[in-house]
Amino acid sequence: MSKSDKPFLAAISSLAAIYLLLIVLMLVADAIYGFRAVPFSSDDPDKASLVKIFTDKAVINSIKLTLFSCTVSAILSLIVAVPTGYLLSRYNFPGKLLVDAILDIPIVLPPLVVGLSLLLLFNKMPPGGTSFEDMLNSLGIEITFNVAAVIIAQFSVACAFSVRTMRNTFDQISPRTEQVAQTLGCSRARAFFSVVIPESWRGISTAGTLAWTRSMGEFGPILVFAGTIPNKTEVLSSTVFLEITTGSLETAVIVSLMMVTIAVVVLVGVRMWDRKNEGGLYHG
Amino acid sequence: MVRIENLTVRAGEFEITDVNFEIPEGKYGVLMGKTGCGKTTILEAVCGLKNVTGGKIFVSDRDVTNELPGRRGIGFVPQDGSLFTTKTVRKHLAFSPKVRGWKSDAIAKRVDELAAELGLTDLLDRKPHGLSGGERQRVALGRALAVKPAVLCLDEPLSALDEDTHAEMVELLKRVTAENGITVLHITHSRREAELVGDLQFRIEDGRVIGV
Repeated sequence: MSKSDKPFLAAISSLAAIYLLLIVLMLVADAIYGFRAVPFSSDDPDKASLVKIFTDKAVINSIKLTLFSCTVSAILSLIVAVPTGYLLSRYNFPGKLLVDAILDIPIVLPPLVVGLSLLLLFNKMPPGGTSFEDMLNSLGIEITFNVAAVIIAQFSVACAFSVRTMRNTFDQISPRTEQVAQTLGCSRARAFFSVVIPESWRGISTAGTLAWTRSMGEFGPILVFAGTIPNKTEVLSSTVFLEITTGSLETAVIVSLMMVTIAVVVLVGVRMWDRKNEGGLYHG
Repeated sequence: MVRIENLTVRAGEFEITDVNFEIPEGKYGVLMGKTGCGKTTILEAVCGLKNVTGGKIFVSDRDVTNELPGRRGIGFVPQDGSLFTTKTVRKHLAFSPKVRGWKSDAIAKRVDELAAELGLTDLLDRKPHGLSGGERQRVALGRALAVKPAVLCLDEPLSALDEDTHAEMVELLKRVTAENGITVLHITHSRREAELVGDLQFRIEDGRVIGV
């Protein structure tokens, strides 16, 4: 590195360091506050302890529902995002710009508005008659203020991020390889499954991870559309909210730290798995 | 044999009209033209990757103008090879036979045959990112030749190669196509390259193809 490059490198590193420090300090603040305020165990029935938090039935159910709903909404997001991203990347059609803009709405809409819109869609539509919720209820399916609402709320937002990721992934893969596959005897569908999908594996795994972690962080739409009913629709983000509203800041912090840990484990786990499957110069 | 009759095809902003040329059975034809003159578009139309607005394309006297790319009996080698990044050389060579439902022992035999012919035997378990430019082009060539197509379409196959590899590849192309009795449509911007490999030469000038 030449001497004249040093100020430039120092400047960009400092800016990166400021943001990095902010993130790390936020987590450090959580950890210091949480572990000072909450002992491992306590005989005082009114005092929160780690043992008490992690043996609490509502918290355990909240963890279970979080893991379940995030996995389902991530899978649903991929099922929609892979074909949608491919369509946007490879085909031109009338109204494509509008479709592209609509797909970004869940990203830019305030989260509470997403929840409110879902609530109205299921309970007030079609106008003046039997609502979708009523129709589903008559078939024995309940959505609003149920687990299904948690998943739909998470999916509505997470899927938009997955679609963006998949579109960028397909944009970076040359259509030439699919065309070659077609000259070799593949239909468009077979070229997609045997050539495009393997080449976009990394993007798919990023889109899935993003959808999963995004779903875990989702709160606004869940609050409005699914509620925060303990042992029914309570997920970890609602647990944090409930604990804050009841003044139990220390429990909220411990649950938050657990969410951070889960997110980090998922992110690191998927990256490691990706790297392992990437292979070297051989095999595949 | 490849015969193009009154072909009209749109290439971005402009249209190439009234393209006529024929490459007889087993001959090596080279289509020359400046960058951006539409030669790749003509090649794509021949391979079935671009819709034509008029005219006909014949392969071995069969009208393939409206056939699917995989049913034209044409092998395609794109400019950069466009190898499948996740597949080994072996899987590239086996790709088309497998898609067309060949039995596994027939596939294995063909892969060994092609690997020996193109000097790829030691590279069979390698993936594309471990290959040199010349090796990549040989894999792309092998992949296109695997089901013994009647016609081979080559899009600037030598443009990214260094001088030594270029000379080797020229020899290889001439030998392999002659041995297989295959008809070739090779496009290039280089007159020197056209003279080195071609039995017949055509040139695109002002949106028209003329014989040289």
